[in-house]
Amino acid sequence: MKADPKGVLTGVHYLDGDHAAAEGACAAGCRFFAGYPITPSTEVAERVALRFPLIGGQFIQMEDELASIAAVLGASWGGLRSMTVTSGPGFSLMMENIGLGVMMEVPCVVIDVQRGGPSTGLPTLPGQADMMQARWGSHGDYEIIALSPNSPQECFDLTIEAFNLSEQWRVPVLVMMDECVGHMTEKVVIPQADEIELTERRYTGLVPADYLPYKPGEDLVPEMAPIGRGYHFHTTGLTHDERGYPVMTAECQEVCVHRLIEKIRRNADRIIHVEKTDLDGAEVVVVSYGISSRVAIPAVEKARDEGVMVGELRLVTVWPFPEKVIRELAGNIKAFVVPEINYGQIVYEVERCAAGKCETRLVPHGGGWVHDPETIFQAIREVAR
Amino acid sequence: MTLTERKPPQAATQPSTAEPEHPKSLLLRMDRMPHIWCSRCGIGIAVGCFAAALEKAGLTPDDITVTSGIGCAGRVAGYVKVDSFHTTHGRAIPFAVGLTLSRPEMTHVVFSGDGDLVSIGGNHFIHAARRNQNMLVICVNNFTYAMTGGQLAPTTPISARATTSPYGNFERPFSLPYLAASAGATYVARWTALHIRRMTDSMAEALQRLGFRFIEIIAPCSTIYARRNKLGTGLDLMKYYYENAVIEHDAPMEGLDIGFQSKIIVGKFIDQPRPTFRQSMKAHYEKVLGSKFVPPINGGVM
Repeated sequence: MKADPKGVLTGVHYLDGDHAAAEGACAAGCRFFAGYPITPSTEVAERVALRFPLIGGQFIQMEDELASIAAVLGASWGGLRSMTVTSGPGFSLMMENIGLGVMMEVPCVVIDVQRGGPSTGLPTLPGQADMMQARWGSHGDYEIIALSPNSPQECFDLTIEAFNLSEQWRVPVLVMMDECVGHMTEKVVIPQADEIELTERRYTGLVPADYLPYKPGEDLVPEMAPIGRGYHFHTTGLTHDERGYPVMTAECQEVCVHRLIEKIRRNADRIIHVEKTDLDGAEVVVVSYGISSRVAIPAVEKARDEGVMVGELRLVTVWPFPEKVIRELAGNIKAFVVPEINYGQIVYEVERCAAGKCETRLVPHGGGWVHDPETIFQAIREVAR
Repeated sequence: MTLTERKPPQAATQPSTAEPEHPKSLLLRMDRMPHIWCSRCGIGIAVGCFAAALEKAGLTPDDITVTSGIGCAGRVAGYVKVDSFHTTHGRAIPFAVGLTLSRPEMTHVVFSGDGDLVSIGGNHFIHAARRNQNMLVICVNNFTYAMTGGQLAPTTPISARATTSPYGNFERPFSLPYLAASAGATYVARWTALHIRRMTDSMAEALQRLGFRFIEIIAPCSTIYARRNKLGTGLDLMKYYYENAVIEHDAPMEGLDIGFQSKIIVGKFIDQPRPTFRQSMKAHYEKVLGSKFVPPINGGVM
């Protein structure tokens, strides 16, 4: 399905990441937005509020983030592409209903423009410390998809991609921006509507009598039914069987939760997108995402000037974690260097997948600013020795 | 004859071995029966009245959705044969906001309990009423958190006991109709589980209105609330309603508080339409944006 031209602001623009993400939503056919103001994500909501009345969308500022994500889930069931956006504290408040979205398998997009934490932290300054919360923040066991843009252009592109992934895999998709990417202004090219491919909702072709709302297809994803068409389906946050009915047994839990996890794990290769630069022959590989991948560039260049063979692996998809590529690299290199604006989150995953075959070096940053590239350079030089 | 010896009543009169059809089977998920509610609970009465009201209002199961939160009454969504959503604790109303804004042509009903709707979900309740979101909210008020074993609710009458107020409650409870009305609800009524005819009529009437409509159903919780407060069985609570419920339509809002085993004023208190959120939004944008305004698309098959 091609994008609706009404929502596509085709042309070359000079936008910050927040505004670009809002345009991505418009282009992706998002027509329902519920949100609550919070720095540094508010500009996404503001632009959506400005644009939606002109393109047939509905914007509503809810009473809090709990309500925002709940309304997004409801509107998605109603058949509208739906999104919310928030930052740290609001992301925490959304966690329970992100879990409901996982359990009910509701396509929707949640953007988190990360700031420094914990708690109120640094509202106007960057952080990348919600990465593990994105993976594990809601209670219980599940898998989720999270993307990490590193430019306003990618804020646009990956917001569209997030909608497509959420429809494909029936799971909330998180776009993990950070304050720098959100407030950085760069060129953003918005293509023609007919160049934007959108994934259609996977509605059932079965008649109501034959339809089971949680009977999975071959890729483990069940098909949805539209509301008000006689399907009379039930959906619940409780552990449920293929009918969507609650069943409080360990056996049903195994079937229900295992499938929610497997539908992502088993299809990880179809979901994961990474950017590889100069990996052949590399002795050190910098693994980074978001703004840190931009900050690492001068460090990598300086190390190369000194003769170190440095490759770069940028995680565009952060969850599910690109395990395979890390495993493959680990046997051939001296070390991974992982700069992130936290005291160690994604580095744990890199270390786990490296499994001792090479060194894994974290370059931490407490938040509030980006790394001095020199610290990343020093780490590269040390591990290359 | 003891209970176990008693034969099904149809056995004597009906030679057929076929199960008799439940009169409300059109709306109920019979494949989920028996339900989890205790005998003598009032929730089933409210659901039965709702099924009758739906017919009376001329609505079919295809026309409506039912959304519930968590708790005993939160299980209603699981037993009604419509597109039904059993959501998280307190969030049924904002979830239904998404439904009503995406599918304005349908009738959206939130069916949940007092703790769910006005304690953990209290903020959503007042804001949905303020915005006049188009939904009917039916609150089964049993004065306690029954699902978790009988804790203090924001509706527990003063001096009533709960597991978390073992010496009796000293907090002033909410008067739910007053709360709904002051936040902007366009239809407000209260009935007890005894008033099945009036409750049904009220639900049918409210189903045909637009805007944020609120009906409180005072319902017996025999297993938890009545037992802990030594009030007898569900039948004794019905007797209490019979002797103490006073029908007073348009009663002054400030007089609707419910004390421990006190008089309960029931009736229809508010029936005053005003533009819904979506109507206001469209009218406003039409005025300020003119031809630039593109009316919101409805959800459907994407």
